[in-house]
Formats: sequence, structure tokens, C-alpha cells
Amino acid sequence: MTRSPVRPHLVLAVAGIALAGCEGVQSALYASGVEAREIRLLFWVATGVCAAVLLLVMVIGTLALAGSTRVRAWLAREQLVIALGLILPVVVLSGLLTYALLVLQAGAARNASATDSSVTIVGKRWWWEVVYRDADGRSVVSANELRLPLGRPVSLRLVSDDVIHSFWAPNIAGKLDMIPGRVNRLTIQSDKLGVSRGQCAEYCGGPHALMAFHVVTLPDAEYQAWLAREASTARVPTTAAQRRGAALFIESGCGACHSIRGTEARGTIGPDLTHVGSRVSIGAATLPADAASFARWITDNQHIKPENLMPPFRHLAPEDLDALAAYLASLD
Amino acid sequence: MMVKPDRDLPNPGPRPAGEEDLLKRIWETPKGWRVLSAVNNTAVGTAYLGIAFLFFLMAGMLALVMRGQLAMPNSDLVSQDLYNQIFTVHGTTMMFLFAVPAIEALGVLLLPQMLAARDLPFPRLSAFAIWAYVIGGLVFFSTIFYDLAPKGGWFMYPPLTLTEYSPGNNADFWLLGIGFIEISAIAGAVEIVVGTLKTRPPGMTLAKMPIFAWSMLIFAGMIIFAFPAVILATMLLEIERSFGWPFFSADKGGDPLLWQHLFWFFGHPEVYIIFLPAAGLVSMIVPTIARHPLVGYNLIVVALIAAGFFSFGLWVHHMFTTGIPALSLGFFSAASMAVAIPSGIQVFSWIATIAAGRRSFRITTASLFVLGFLFIFTIGGLTGVLVALVPLDFQLHDSYFVVAHFHYVLVGGMVFPLFATFYYWLPMVSRNPLSERAGRWVFWLMFLGFNITFLPMHATGLLGMPRRVWTYPAGLGWESLNMISTIGAFVLGAGVLLFVIDLVRRFRPGEREDQNPWGAGTLEWLPADVYSTRSIPRVASREPLWDQPGLAKDVEAGRYYLPDAPTGGRETIVTTPVEAEPEYIIRMPGNGWAHVWAAVFTASSFLLLTVKLVVPALICAVLAIVSFIVWAWALDHGPAREPVEIGGGIRLATYRTGPSSHSWWAMIVLILVAASLYVAFVFSYLYLWVVSPEVWAPNGAPALPSLHWPAGAALLLIFGTGVIVLAKRLLPEPGRRNLGGACLLLLAAICLAAAGAVEIYGHWSSGLRPTLNAYGAMVYMASALNLQVALAVLIMAGFVVGRGFAGKLDRERRVTFDNTLMLLLYGAGQTLLGLILVHGFPRAVG
Repeated sequence: MTRSPVRPHLVLAVAGIALAGCEGVQSALYASGVEAREIRLLFWVATGVCAAVLLLVMVIGTLALAGSTRVRAWLAREQLVIALGLILPVVVLSGLLTYALLVLQAGAARNASATDSSVTIVGKRWWWEVVYRDADGRSVVSANELRLPLGRPVSLRLVSDDVIHSFWAPNIAGKLDMIPGRVNRLTIQSDKLGVSRGQCAEYCGGPHALMAFHVVTLPDAEYQAWLAREASTARVPTTAAQRRGAALFIESGCGACHSIRGTEARGTIGPDLTHVGSRVSIGAATLPADAASFARWITDNQHIKPENLMPPFRHLAPEDLDALAAYLASLD
Repeated sequence: MMVKPDRDLPNPGPRPAGEEDLLKRIWETPKGWRVLSAVNNTAVGTAYLGIAFLFFLMAGMLALVMRGQLAMPNSDLVSQDLYNQIFTVHGTTMMFLFAVPAIEALGVLLLPQMLAARDLPFPRLSAFAIWAYVIGGLVFFSTIFYDLAPKGGWFMYPPLTLTEYSPGNNADFWLLGIGFIEISAIAGAVEIVVGTLKTRPPGMTLAKMPIFAWSMLIFAGMIIFAFPAVILATMLLEIERSFGWPFFSADKGGDPLLWQHLFWFFGHPEVYIIFLPAAGLVSMIVPTIARHPLVGYNLIVVALIAAGFFSFGLWVHHMFTTGIPALSLGFFSAASMAVAIPSGIQVFSWIATIAAGRRSFRITTASLFVLGFLFIFTIGGLTGVLVALVPLDFQLHDSYFVVAHFHYVLVGGMVFPLFATFYYWLPMVSRNPLSERAGRWVFWLMFLGFNITFLPMHATGLLGMPRRVWTYPAGLGWESLNMISTIGAFVLGAGVLLFVIDLVRRFRPGEREDQNPWGAGTLEWLPADVYSTRSIPRVASREPLWDQPGLAKDVEAGRYYLPDAPTGGRETIVTTPVEAEPEYIIRMPGNGWAHVWAAVFTASSFLLLTVKLVVPALICAVLAIVSFIVWAWALDHGPAREPVEIGGGIRLATYRTGPSSHSWWAMIVLILVAASLYVAFVFSYLYLWVVSPEVWAPNGAPALPSLHWPAGAALLLIFGTGVIVLAKRLLPEPGRRNLGGACLLLLAAICLAAAGAVEIYGHWSSGLRPTLNAYGAMVYMASALNLQVALAVLIMAGFVVGRGFAGKLDRERRVTFDNTLMLLLYGAGQTLLGLILVHGFPRAVG
């Protein structure tokens, strides 16, 4: 299999944006998807209407408290209650409801028409398995990161096989739950290049707070190239340290839980690590995907992310740990 | 019944000396540690409210710990596991151990006073409810101190809360805590429905009833229909956790969403269960402070009923993001918006009343809290409109926006009115009022603190912060907002602390000097003592103290009804439910220990079951039943006396059976609760069939047993019902003893239990097991619910036999017999319905 050119600059840029910290990287107000944009407009309109109503209540209330005798006498009538307490809400709420149902209908229509590419996301305790289909219809297993082609609708199949999770990438779209025994579909379309962040929104126990992910939007051509590379087997270690790390990975039993395609590691309990070095983060968006972080994660993950299901590996000698981390970081 | 014109006093003459001392002696609250045996509504209600407030303070402290943890990103103040326990206990305590009990406590405390009744009709039941609640609540809360607290969030969604993902007893302690609040809520509902409908003063028609009493009546009605859903849900969850009946496990045909439907079918009305009575309190305070009757009384009553009714139609708005079809989303979105309208009516009614005042609105601490409530609750209602818009909810749901929203609704809608209530009604139970000077500080600290805490959270949520996260990374733009919220929380806490200090300094139980400090118009401001009012007035308007000059004096001089104690014990007047004309005198039990022991043993039994000590738990259950029997033995005292004179030539009986008796009403309420529970079960059965028809018989499970089995069970039920008809005829004349009727009743009860047993045996012999799949679990659950009723009926029938044996049962003295018979008939009906469902439905669709 030919490998498409590696794009370290992109990965670095992506990591830079995500990790230097950028307000709005996980925000319903910084919309970078079609649905999020529609909802944001609805939010500002509805909030404006509500603010006007609040202002009205406060003005009338102030007049009732401190207005002139004439004004107060005028307010002290049942007609006021009927006009402002009954008729006004019916009119305002009907308008808002109609608008909201139109937005809802648009989303449902996108769902119905989307047949394009489909990505399955499985909520796990406490990470995300992301399964793409490549051009030949084969499954491409990845984790904790969703890559999207710019401007193309993508249909997500959201499932869970343990507890209820909820997939929420607020910059792109609203959330949708992942419920055992059910398949929920969400069609999203990112219209802005770059990286945003999302997070599990349904409390799922333990480190629910640390179950996040990144969404990376690429130009369509780059996306296709990336997907082809993601489908390929893992990069063969090139340096001595990486080779030692690869051996240690197998010797230490990491393969019982993790897969690295092209090696003996075929575990399915933990995230697939075939291209883990190319991701923005590890540990479901808890640490950047660099060698130092891999080393920290391997020895200290129960402190970094308490109760996660990976045991800490503290017995490794420092140079072994470095080798293992170097190997994992090289898996781009 | 003869009614005297309003101006003629029923007992115009002077009262005999010593009469008031007799009343005092009869209604005396015991001293020292014996105060635990007290049942008087003032003593019980004050203690109830105090304990509920204690839970508010403790859960509030947990909130401060959470705010401390979230003040900065990546904080390590508390561990992840502890944080998860803390937010679960905070939510559960605030909703179940503070809000609902506080409202019930206010009902117990204020209703008899507002209705000028000497007490609510079932004083020991109220006392039982509070003891069960105190013991269960304290045990539940204390689990946070030894790492045993539940950590599934206050709505405890399975599968997270199933044994596989939540091993240990933590989740069971949640179910335990909820079990107690279910018991005390139902007990409170019985008390309040019968109290408001049957113990109003003569002349107080429904249309003259104080708004608070209206709101409590609706509150109780909502409990009757909403709580059974959560009772069923908690039963199912505990059964799945303990015995593996797969109601919620998708791989065996169960569905996690069944829990969400049941929980929110309760959970949404729960918000209105909390809010409507609080709004009722505001509707009492505003007219007094404005010195003007409520503008739009009828509109408010309609609004309260409408809100109560609508609130049952919008539970799905808690589930907008579960992927349900767009059509349902649209319906429940519309319903969720419609429920804003009754609130709008109330808000503008209060504003119109404020405007109507002859002088301008007096600014007291109580009125400040009312105004603060208006502001906060309006914002909460408007953000409620935002989250009711489905696409917006996709973004806002389970984010900090929602945290902000429901705190605006609940703290604004319930806590602020409660503090207004403290300042307004404290003079009713304390010699000193609270300090107005400190009160200003309390209000402004709480009002500003609240808004500083929760207003920024709207933004935090929009910026992407989900709720229930124990920490968050830096750099997402959440740091300063969270820091502001934390500062606000401590300001709010300082306000509450100042209130507590003032309360400790000023609260002295007893009689105040000034009987009506605010110049209010309703009856709770009549002069009162332990026996409540000296005599029970006839009222002619909604604000009798404003419209009937001299009322307070005449009441205190005993010139109205029942100025004495003609039966020599505790008693009050029972009136007709709509027109409030005197019907009979209810004789009420006094202080006692049996109900206290019943509560202690019920609590112990549940607790021991939670920690899986089954044998001691069973022993405690038996002791609890014995205590109930001892308690109930003295209640049916029979028509031993001639009718008594209450004044104005009105002579009333002291005993009633049938539909005018308060015990008949209580049994009807209980049957409504049982029926709601069964309806929730039928819904669950059909729901799981819709989700997983493939596990239903005959394809997914052993074929149904042959129709002989249900036919046999049905025959037993019909035979039992026939026996009852005979049993009624065999009741002896008063003064004679004949056990025939009681024994036939027992036979009918045995038939009911046997029908349930036959049904179970039929399914068992077909090879079906409850653990097989969701279908099997549902089939056996139907029988479990039937047997639960049958067990209660059996115990009651045994009790009736005992009454017959003791010569305390005859054609006149038969309340125990009638009540057992009613529940038995209900049980037979429910069992029959279950047979039709379980045996008919799979055959009809298969």
C-alpha cells in the first residue's frame, strides 16, 4: 500500500490550536457547522424575545410598585392579567414554536436525505471508538477523534454497548444520546477548516468529565487521503528505540486490549492505536499525543484520569518507558 | 342541615369556666423527651419544616464544596469519586429530602390554621411520615461521609445504575432514601386531600378557599398520580439490581429509556409539585402586603389546575436528545411551552394585586423575597421557553445552561417564597418575629449571591461546559465564569448563614403578643393556642378577618362552633367537600407511640434490607406491622355517643361510615395511588413490547400457560367477590358478636392471594422465569404488584377478624370492615385486569 505524504505541519497546527487553548473551541456560540449555525440564530432570536418579555415584566412591576395612583389603578385589573398573562404568551410562544419546529424539520430533512458517508461512533467508558468506511466499504477503526470533509454532510451512527453517553460537538451540532440497544443518527456538516472539541454530555459515571474528543475538518481531498492512510497498517518502526518500544508493546501485554494493525496486537477493549501518533490527543482529549504524554499516561493514567479502565504500568524501566513512548508517538 | 344567618352567633352566651383549660389539657403537647410522641400539627409541622430546612443547609454545604472544586480548572480539592457522590446527594437531597417535605411540612403547619380546623384528620399519619422521613433521610445523607453515597446523578439512569456498572450498595442507598420520601409523600397526600376537602370551616365553600389550600389540594392530587410512576421505577430498578429481572437491560429486551419515561413522568410534575404550593404562598402574602384581595382569584385557581394538568404532558422534554421521532418532539415542545401560560397568569395577577393596593406595597423582608422571587422566577420561566425549543435544547440540554435554568426555577420558584414564608408566618409559631434589619442583609446577600452564581452559568453552558463534570481543562474560556459563580455561591451561603444566626437568636416557640402583625385577612391569623382556635368560625368571604368585623374576638370568646370538647377528646368539625356545611364531628387520636415505632421499624427494615441483612429486616418488618396494628386498633371507636351540639342548634353525629366518612376518602386516595401504580405498570409492559416484541411469548419465550390457569384465577376472584356480598349481610347488630362476616372477609382475601399464587404457578410451570428476558420480568412483575395488594388485604382482613373477636365490629361500627372491603374489591379488579393483559395481549398480537 502506498502511503500518502505525511503532513506533520497539519498535525502540528491542529495540535497547536487545540492545546494552546482557544476560547470557542468547544462552544455553541462559535458555530462551524450548518446545524450549529441555525441553532445559534434561533438562540439569539429567542433570547431577544425573552429579554423583551423580561423587560416588560420589570417595567410593569415597577409601575405597580411605584407608579402614580392613576397608573396603578389602571394596572389593577383582571384585563391586565388576561392580556399580558394569557394572550401575550400565546402569541409569542406560538411564533417561537413555529420557528423552532422549522429548524427541527430542516435537521430531520438533512437526516433523511443523507446517504453519503457514514461514520459509526461507539460510546465507551470513557472514550470514543470511531469507525469510518473507506472507499471500498471496509471498516477503518480509529478513536477519540472525528475527522470530517469540509462542506460535505456526514451521517453519524451513534451507539453504545455499556452505559448511556451523549455525543456533543457544540461547534458543529447539537447533542444526541448513545443508548444501549438503540442506533441514533445525526447528520452533520462542518463548514470551517480546523479543530474543535466536543465532550460526553450524559453523565456516564467515573471520569465522565474527561471523556472528550476533537473534531478535525479537512479539505475533501486531504480527508480522502487521510482516510486512505488511516486504513493502512501501522508504520514500521525505524529507529532502535522505536523497535525496542514495538517489542515492549507486545511483551508487556498491551495487545490484550489494544490493536496496532500490522502487528500481533489485536485487542479490542481499548482504543485502536494503529495511527495514534497522528491524533490530536490521547486519553480521550486529556493529553497531547506526544512521546512525553505517552510516557506519563502509561505510568500515571489513574491519576490523570481516575477510574479509567487501563491499569497503570509502573514496572517499566525508564529507558523502556521512553522506548515505548517513542514507538507510540511514531505511529502516525 | 339548618344554617343560621351569618350575623347570629352560634354560641352567644358566655362560656363555662374551665372549658378552655379542658381544651388545653386535651391538646397538650407532651414535655421533655415525650415530645417525640406528639401529633399536634403545630408541633409536628414545625419539626418537619425544621428537619427539611436542615437538609437544605446540608445539601447547600455540598454545593459550596462543588463550587470550590470548580472555581479553578484541573482542581484537586475533592476527588473525582467524591465529587460524583456529592452532586448526586446534593440533587437528591434538595429534591426529595428538602423541597417536597418542606412543602408538606408547610401544609401540615399552615392548613389547619388557614382552615380553622383543630388539626388535620390523620394527625398520627403526619407524625408517622415525619419519623420515617427523618430516619431514612439522615441515614441516606450520612452515606456521603463514609463513601457509600450513590453516584449516578439524582435521576440515576440505568444502565449506569445497574449492578454491572454500579456494584456495591451505593445505588441501593439512593433507592432507600427515595423509598422513604415516597412513603411520606403518599401519607402527606392522603392527609392533605382529606384535610382540604373535609375539614374546612362552615361556610368556606371551595370558591372561598385560600389559594394556598387550593395549591396544596392540587399538590396532593399530583402526588397521587405522579409518585406511583417513580415508585414503580424504583421497584423495578431495585428488583433488577437484586434479582436480575432485566427491565432495563437492552440485551434481554429491556430498555434504559423505560426508566427515563417513568422517572420523568414523575420528575416533571415534581417540579410543579414543588412550585405550585410555593406560588400559593405568594398568593397569600401579596394580598396582605398590598392590603387588597387577590386580583384574578378565579384565574389563579384555573392556572394552578392547568399547570398541574399540563405538567403531566411534558415529561419527554427531558428526553429531547434521546433520538425520539420528530413528531413526538413537536408535541412535547408545544406542551412544554403551553405550561408557561399559567405561570404568566399568576405573575401578572400578583403584579395587578400589588398595583391594586390602597397604599403602596410595604417593603418588608417578606415582600422583598416575594419581589426577588418574581424576578428570578420570570427569568427561569423564560429560559424554560428556550430549552423547550427542541433544536435549542439539543445544544443546551445537560449543559450548565440547564443547571442555571433549573436553579432559577427551583430556587426562584421555591426557596425564595419559602424564605418569604419564614419572615411572614414565623410570628404565628414564635414569640419573636425575625429581625427586619438583619432580614434586609439576608435578602440582598441571597438575591445578589444567587444571581452572581447562576446568571454566568447560562454563558458557561453555551460555551460548551456540560453538567456533572468534576473538573475541566484550562483554555476553553470557562475559568473566569466558574470563578464568578463560586464567589456568588459563597455570597449566597453568607446570606443563608446570617438567616440561620438570626433564626437561632429570635425563634422562641409560643404565643406572640400581636396576633395579626401584618393585618392579614385569612384565618391563620386568628388568636390561637395548642387547640388551634377557641371556636370554629363560620366564614362568609375569602378574607374573613377583613370582612367580618369582630371575628377574632368572637372566635376567641368561644361564640362560634365547637367551643368545647363534647366527646372529651380531640375533635374537629367535618364539613361537606364543596359547600362546607357541617357533617359530623371527627374524633382524632392524640399523642402516642405506636406510630413512632411503626416508623422506626419500617425504616430499620428498609435499611437492613439495603445492607442485605435479610432476617433482621424481616423481623423489623413484622414489628412494624405489629406497630401499625396497635396504632390502628384504637381508631375505630364506633358511634358510642348521642349526636353532640356544636352551637347554633346544630347537632352532629360523632361517627360516620360510607362516602361521608374521612376514612372512606382516605381509602379512595390510597386506591387511586395503587391504581396509578398499576397504570404505570401497564404502560411499562406495553412500552417494552413496542421496543422488543421479539422477546414476547410465544416466539421469544415459553408459550403462555393454557387458559385453564387464568380462568381458575378469575374464578377465585369472582368467588371471593361473591363471598363479600354475603359477608356484609352477616355483620351483627350493635352489641352482638358474630364472627361470620369477618371470617368471610378473610376468606375473600385468601381467594385474592390464591388467585395471585395460581397465576404465578401457571407461568412457572410453563418454564418461564423472570430473569429470562424483559417479557418474563414483566409477567412476574404483574403478579408481584397483585400480591402486594393481596398481602395488605390479608393483614387488614386478619385485623378485622380480630375486631370481630373483640366485639368491636358490627353493622354500625364497621369502618375497618369497609376499608378492607374497598381495597379487596380494588385488588380483585387489578388482578383481573392483569390476567387479561398478561394472557390476552400476547395472544391478541401473536
